[in-house]
Amino acid sequence: MSDDIPPMEAYRYPDGSITYPGHPVGPGGEEPVGTVDLSEYTATVLTWTTSTATPPGVRQPNTLAIVEFDVDGEPVRAIGQVTTEDVEIGDEVEPVYAEELREPGAGIREPESQEWDGYRFTPV
Amino acid sequence: MDRVAIIGASMTQFGQRDAWIRELLAEAGQEALADANVSPDEVEHLYVSNMASGEFEGQTGVPNALAHDLAAMPAYTARIDQTSSSGGAGVYAAWQSVASGASDMTMLVGGEKMTHRSTAEATDVIASLTHPVEYKHGVTLPSFAGLTARLYLDTYDAPRESLGKVAVKNHKNGLDNPHAQFRKEVDLDTVLDSPIVADPLRLYDFCPITDGSAALVFCPESVAREYTDDYAVISGIGGATDTHVVHERADPTTMGGVVNSSEIAYEMADLEPDDVDVAELHDMFTILEFLQSEDLGFFEKGEGWKAVEEGVTDRDGELPINTSGGLKSKGHPLGASGVAQVYEIYKQLIGDAGKRQVEADVGLACNVGGFGNCVTTTIMESR
Repeated sequence: MSDDIPPMEAYRYPDGSITYPGHPVGPGGEEPVGTVDLSEYTATVLTWTTSTATPPGVRQPNTLAIVEFDVDGEPVRAIGQVTTEDVEIGDEVEPVYAEELREPGAGIREPESQEWDGYRFTPV
Repeated sequence: MDRVAIIGASMTQFGQRDAWIRELLAEAGQEALADANVSPDEVEHLYVSNMASGEFEGQTGVPNALAHDLAAMPAYTARIDQTSSSGGAGVYAAWQSVASGASDMTMLVGGEKMTHRSTAEATDVIASLTHPVEYKHGVTLPSFAGLTARLYLDTYDAPRESLGKVAVKNHKNGLDNPHAQFRKEVDLDTVLDSPIVADPLRLYDFCPITDGSAALVFCPESVAREYTDDYAVISGIGGATDTHVVHERADPTTMGGVVNSSEIAYEMADLEPDDVDVAELHDMFTILEFLQSEDLGFFEKGEGWKAVEEGVTDRDGELPINTSGGLKSKGHPLGASGVAQVYEIYKQLIGDAGKRQVEADVGLACNVGGFGNCVTTTIMESR
């Protein structure tokens, strides 16, 4: 990966569990002990939808999926946009970086309060 | 222990209203006090369930505004925001205020003014509850419903038509609710042919955007008898949360907040799911009626759709669900919805539900915020 592309960072906790996004403490109540870059893995589509009624600043239609990564036997789920409407449950996908997933400031959320880049999923 | 009673209730016309939030709240509040035969100066605690009057209308401080408009000063006031479950959380706060002995007369008014905003704007205000990793992808509550509906249909081999039958049933019930936003029946073909909103869900799988308000008056049962013979009691109530990040749930077709809040409520009431005679569930999307009916223990996991197919949840069925028309037909003014659910159960239990009346001694209301993120389950019994 290029140095200027940020990782798709998940947190690993002492009990072995991994979450995306990371949290101050994990499911077991303990602080994270490391990170995992999910962009280095492929995932399986758990479910998907194509939303036609999208909020301000969001592409229309907007196909979204919940996917599950297998990180050395540990399942980790994520949600994100899909690069195509041609997707099915069980498809294998990989993360692809996008500089802007949604137009900052078009919706109600303060643009400076969060990041707007991230990873879409594309079928392998 | 002195149980908490509800001695009066009201709800405004739901739908597209000219009134703004202050007026909507005052309308329901005045009517509830009149229904309970309680004067404003008797109100000790006044709660307002409201998600986003600041974001929708630029009006904050609504509890104090309501206390003034109703001449209920110097009542203690507080605003209860728990997104779509603000109403249920308000019921919890009102119950707690009386059960704790802090107040002998509490009023709860829930309301929201939404229809002056476009669908896209209103959807964004509601979607602002999501985590940043969800929000930046344009994830909305309807898209969560589409994702979950597809997984449910696939996992439990349920037909798409079963979701449509929830809409058909609840619209039929709403026909007899004079306060409902939509008082018209829809047939299954209309539901299944309506425009896609979040595949596989279509327009008629979703509740509308709504203005409206509802109110309830609470007091100890010992006090209730001084006012009326027609009251209902809250015999169990529970609140619970699930993950903020929806995809982190082990089973996306299970709402942990519904499971946990109902377990608390059943235990407090010393009742089982089989004891419930009538229920109001948070059918913001048709799929939610399946999930809640299972997670409340009415049906086995993956079997909720069969109950709808078999008519079990019809108004004349074994367990009527959403006799009011539900959020689907009645409308969903966010902060009002959980209050209006309890309004319907109250009316059923005191025998004042008109054409919607069913045989019921025990009723349950389940109010869901976010996509199951926060939940309040309330169990009520006739006196």
